[in-house]
Amino acid sequence: MNILNVLRVSYRSLGRNKLRSFLTMLGIIIGVAAVIAMLAIGQGASDAVQQQIAGLGTNVVIVFPFASRQGVVRFQAGSTSRLTESDADAIRAQCPAVEYVTPVVRVVAQIIAGAQNWQTQVMGVYPDFEEIRNWPVQAGGYFTDTDERTAAKVCLLGQTVADNLFGSGSVPLGATVQIRNLPFKVVGVLASKGQSAMGQDNDDIVIAPFSTVQQKLAGTIYANLLFASAISSRAVSTAVDEISQFLRIKHNLRPWQSDDFTVRTQTEIASTADATTKTMTMLLASVAAISLIVGGIGIMNIMLVSVTERTREIGIRMAVGARGADVLTQFLVEAMSLSLAGGIIGVVLGVLTSKFVSNLQKWPIVISPQSIALAFAFAAVIGIFFGWYPARKAANLNPIEALRYE
Amino acid sequence: MADAIISVRHLVKTYKMGDVEVHALRGINIEIVRGEFLAIMGASGSGKSTFMNIIGCLDTPSSGEYFLDDVQVSRLNRDELARLRNRKLGFVFQAFNLLPRTTALENVELPLLYSDSHSTAQRRAKAMEALAAVGLADRAGHYSNQLSGGQQQRVAIARSLVNDPVVILADEPTGNLDTRTSVEVIEIFQRLNEKGITVVLVTHEPDIAGFSERNIVFRDGKVSKVIEVENRKLASEELPKLPLIVDEIES
Repeated sequence: MNILNVLRVSYRSLGRNKLRSFLTMLGIIIGVAAVIAMLAIGQGASDAVQQQIAGLGTNVVIVFPFASRQGVVRFQAGSTSRLTESDADAIRAQCPAVEYVTPVVRVVAQIIAGAQNWQTQVMGVYPDFEEIRNWPVQAGGYFTDTDERTAAKVCLLGQTVADNLFGSGSVPLGATVQIRNLPFKVVGVLASKGQSAMGQDNDDIVIAPFSTVQQKLAGTIYANLLFASAISSRAVSTAVDEISQFLRIKHNLRPWQSDDFTVRTQTEIASTADATTKTMTMLLASVAAISLIVGGIGIMNIMLVSVTERTREIGIRMAVGARGADVLTQFLVEAMSLSLAGGIIGVVLGVLTSKFVSNLQKWPIVISPQSIALAFAFAAVIGIFFGWYPARKAANLNPIEALRYE
Repeated sequence: MADAIISVRHLVKTYKMGDVEVHALRGINIEIVRGEFLAIMGASGSGKSTFMNIIGCLDTPSSGEYFLDDVQVSRLNRDELARLRNRKLGFVFQAFNLLPRTTALENVELPLLYSDSHSTAQRRAKAMEALAAVGLADRAGHYSNQLSGGQQQRVAIARSLVNDPVVILADEPTGNLDTRTSVEVIEIFQRLNEKGITVVLVTHEPDIAGFSERNIVFRDGKVSKVIEVENRKLASEELPKLPLIVDEIES
């Protein structure tokens, strides 16, 4: 029997039982739709995280103080910071692969403007911060090197802080705010960066000169961390090596002593975050895949019932000359048609669901062609796999017994 | 006999039901001549159905030889048997055995679907021709469940002859039909037989057997009697004598 006739025969049989064919497909439809929606949502989350991390700035290298060590006892990371402003200045002078460096000191402080107050993080940095983090202002400008040297009481407000102190959408240039009861002049408002991937508000921040925050707010000689940027994206790993080697020398570490700092790059942070979201995506997709397999078992179930119910039909077909292979292909084509049609409807439904979720939850989604191809191929394989056994059973029927079957 | 279309020698069929051996056929020797109209008779359990299954290439004998149109059938495999059924044989069953929810035309086309040698248009034309031969050309588009018993059996006959078989095997074709419809069906068989198709009919009604040329009676897995029919009845002559059922109710 040629393939055209097989298709014709199969589609007629499926058409005779439209409701049952549809219900059989439903399992596959839901499975495929779930796989596509889950992958789209997961991929969307992953992309959002990547974007946030890219928002850190390009070629960024971050130096964290690492756990200090007294003999074999290791303390919590960051418990004792040995990074200083002089480390930053020296790195800038000594490491050719490094373009900008800024020490960072952070305090949480209450900020008052008129009758309003707001608690936020105040970050002390060099003006180079703008270049390193790629974070421009939307109004005014960064403080200057002179402000830094003289520990001037000037600051830039994040959009959230400005909104909360001066009203939504305000640009309070030249206004004065009280930070821990010290008056700071607002010289700029930072461009909005929105939420971070972890749900943190990037704009809930105040930036002031490093020397000012260190001396007047934090009262420490150390920096919490250092931000640096490499001269190019290719120089990032060179910059990491240079910084590591230089800091070991500067911190007088013996060869057997471990680093008292950690140098990380944006790429590393990105890949960590990526791994996390990938795990989530895989988890969601595997739950969805299970429903796809359950759908496949549904197909097998219905096909088995169908073989029993159509035993006499199979007997008639064999009596008029159908070979075992003809019956096998017919039932296999029926099972595959169900799963493929289910796959197509499932893809459409999955895409629509993803779009719906994205509109409802403001969640970014990315529907990749690969995920569609994957779900679809999976559906086809399930059709063959779960269709094989019932088809085999039909093909092996004895024509005489099949004809007598009531 | 040179002109035997079906020739069986020492045909034996033994079934194993658990430990018990059932001897369905105990050495059958029959030659069926090309163009013959043969009726096989016998009580149930006499082995006639087993014999029909074997000559219908649905079953294989335990031993013995079977030649169909000079082809040694007893040694063919499943697929070769299917091919033989498709090319050389036509089946008519007691229970009609049409595909449900399928039109008469599609039912008749069925054997052609498995022979791969016809285009869609040729298939349609041949099926229409066969339907016309049984007088049902105007019912081609009807579904099988919309047809009466007699009409269903005529569709089944059309299906059996659509592939131009050398033999039509009919297993109790009138078993589910009333007398008049039975004779109508037999009339079709006689007409086909006159065109040269060999007809082998299984029946337990002597009336029906009277329409054939030769009767073979089975008993306990053996041929007990071979009867040449004298005064063979012709269905076309019997038919006018039979009252229509409508007339019976009216009178």
